[in-house]
Amino acid sequence: MRKVAVIGVGMTKFGELWNSSLRSLTIEAGIKALNDAGIGGEEVDAIYTGCMSGDMFVKQGHIASLIADYGGMLPVPSTRVEAACASGGLALRQGFMAIASGMADIVVVGGVEKMTDSLGSQTTGYLALAADQEWEAFNGATFPSLYALMARRHMHEYGTTEEQLGLVAVKNHHNGSLNPNAHFQFDVSLEKVMNSSLVADPLRLFHCSPVSDGAACVILASEEKAKELSEDPVWIIGSGQASAAIGLYDREDICTIDSTVNAARTAYKMAGVTPKDIDFAEVHDCFTINEIISSEDLGFFKKGEGGKAVEEGLTSLDGEIPINPSGGLKAKGHPVGATGVAQAVEAVIQLRGKAGKRQVKDAEIGLTHNIGGSGGTAVIHIFSR
Amino acid sequence: MSVPRFWREIPYRYRLIGSYCENCKETFFPPREICPKCRRAGNIKNIKLEEEGEIFSYTVIRTAPPEFNTQTPYVVALIKLKNGPLILSQVTDCDVEDIEIGKKVRMVFRKISEDGEAGIINYGYKFVLAE
Repeated sequence: MRKVAVIGVGMTKFGELWNSSLRSLTIEAGIKALNDAGIGGEEVDAIYTGCMSGDMFVKQGHIASLIADYGGMLPVPSTRVEAACASGGLALRQGFMAIASGMADIVVVGGVEKMTDSLGSQTTGYLALAADQEWEAFNGATFPSLYALMARRHMHEYGTTEEQLGLVAVKNHHNGSLNPNAHFQFDVSLEKVMNSSLVADPLRLFHCSPVSDGAACVILASEEKAKELSEDPVWIIGSGQASAAIGLYDREDICTIDSTVNAARTAYKMAGVTPKDIDFAEVHDCFTINEIISSEDLGFFKKGEGGKAVEEGLTSLDGEIPINPSGGLKAKGHPVGATGVAQAVEAVIQLRGKAGKRQVKDAEIGLTHNIGGSGGTAVIHIFSR
Repeated sequence: MSVPRFWREIPYRYRLIGSYCENCKETFFPPREICPKCRRAGNIKNIKLEEEGEIFSYTVIRTAPPEFNTQTPYVVALIKLKNGPLILSQVTDCDVEDIEIGKKVRMVFRKISEDGEAGIINYGYKFVLAE
């Protein structure tokens, strides 16, 4: 297997971007990443783009062709990748495999979602597409409600508190306040989180990531190309993906997400590292309970101790293992298809030492963790300077 | 939802018919063609599930998609069926405050949702507190 480097990154601001379309967002992120890598479209061998549901959000299918066309890259082969909210992470993995296998030397990996062109009430239904339609959504389950079921059980079994769920939001908002691309660039108090309206008990509005527009892009290269084109390549040293039951009803334990556990095992093994070697992680905090559960499943803390770890500041920017220095999905925003790629963008910026006020000190190895649905898919990557 | 999409699930939605793997002695709901445990399709049979169970986890939904908008707030729970699997269902006819993990529930037959003014009405299982 060949080594794979990231030689360029770019992203749009995340937020309610009324003046941008699905295609303009994608192209904006792509241009930034290509400029960062210092290459032109003619050098690209393949394009992979994560997009959960352009089909529903803006009624646009055949996104692969649209992006190759408007990206000025015809006739480069272009593939759209979908795994709900893990679409971006999965697109990155497809790009990684294309280079590792020797099929391509330079690959563009994009991720995009244009969510605010549809009505709020419709958006709730579109996001529920990631759940089991016939046996969860049919009965009235919404997407937040599935994570609420996990949260309630985690509180019951391990004593995790509503305050701990809230402190994840407080921490991630603080990190987001330091990120000029974040959807929310302001601090929130625990009191404000605890007094926000209930969405699905025990989850409140401020426990949920927002509906955002945005796109992100990374340029991958083989070792030979990376050495020729880049002065500061960041290496992808581990990649893992795993599947788990699509519905919560078929899980042995709803306080753990098996796909994360299995994908992490694969990625750590490939990278030859353990959780202790990770200097920071971008973790899929679509709901704050998921950051707590995932920080345990990734091996940073023992099962049941993720809530306490947040309370003790272990996951803060200056903590033992900073989680979501970018602000995470909670504050940076969650344009679903873009999220997995934006996590990789943050990992690269941190490892280059260019993250400004949110820079994690002495960052050498970073991890990204992207979840689809309530955990049916997990994709994990490990990056190194 | 189209009529056939609802229609073909009627036995499972109306009477809690699940799948039983004779190799593994395990019960599954909703029904499956392949046993996820032994990964074989050879010995799967239909089985009528118990209509009683207890609440494993629950939430109260305050924001819902259009077809459930008129029902908020409503309780969605994972219910551990007696001698059987977990099932996701609404718990109805109750005061939201009375719901707790571990409480006993039993199945009832109810309207689930309606598909606009001209669409079909979807029926199926919900649960109520048994005590």
